[in-house]
Amino acid sequence: MSDLVETAELTEAETIGADGVSLEALPPFARFIFRGPEGAAQAVTEAFGISLPREACRARVAADRAALWLGPDEWLLLAPQSDEAAIADEATSRAGALPFSLVDVSHRQVAFRLSGPRAATVLSGGNPLDLDLSAFPVGMCTRTVLAKAEIVLWRTGPDSFHIEVWRSFAPYVRDFLREHMREFGN
Amino acid sequence: MLLIPCPFCGPRPELEFRYGGQAHIARPENPAALSDGEWAEFLYLRDNVRGVHAERWRHIHGCARFFNMLRDTTTDRILTTYKTGEPRPEAV
Ligand SMILES: [Zn+2]
Repeated sequence: MSDLVETAELTEAETIGADGVSLEALPPFARFIFRGPEGAAQAVTEAFGISLPREACRARVAADRAALWLGPDEWLLLAPQSDEAAIADEATSRAGALPFSLVDVSHRQVAFRLSGPRAATVLSGGNPLDLDLSAFPVGMCTRTVLAKAEIVLWRTGPDSFHIEVWRSFAPYVRDFLREHMREFGN
Repeated sequence: MLLIPCPFCGPRPELEFRYGGQAHIARPENPAALSDGEWAEFLYLRDNVRGVHAERWRHIHGCARFFNMLRDTTTDRILTTYKTGEPRPEAV
């Protein structure tokens, strides 16, 4: 087994001097994968404070929390790290006896932000989706691939992407993106 | 790149999918009542269709759901996709 990759290690690397695109490692979040039927989804909506998006591949944001649709009965919940225990407690008590699963994946994943007018171009170096704004609008999110790694890609702005990746794949994803950013280096 | 229409996510690149074998194979309700030959047939024997084939696919690097597809094995043309549990549509 490889050593645990610390989030700090991901930010320590030298910055690439690229025009129109920048990559940063984001601080830790509280993360949950919620899976469950309609009734439990309603309970988690109340507990989490965001109506879980029912439309495929869409994210919804309120204050400092976000709910990302990953599948027809599966959502990724993001919140500040300090809310971790409160969210689990609240969801569990509201869902009561309804069958559901709420898995704390806070430490399984790390997040990057890739931003700038050339962010989509850099992503397209390893991702096969159409990232034009008309095909992948702001607020769209999905599991997908980046080269050999699986990621969750979420467009938070016209020129800004939030990337979730499993921790052990994070150095690979970071290095892959940095390599493609070199194309716009100065 | 081949685009596969996921019933949940819409058309998506083939890299996100995995093949899941022949569709509509129901597990026998009472395996103990089967002969070894019948059990082996359920486990191992599959059609080898020349033409329209109903098969399972999984959008593993997407919504992660299994679904079914009608595909022509001679042309690789995808005729339609539909959700697991729905009956096999008429071949288009
Ligand atoms: Zn899908």
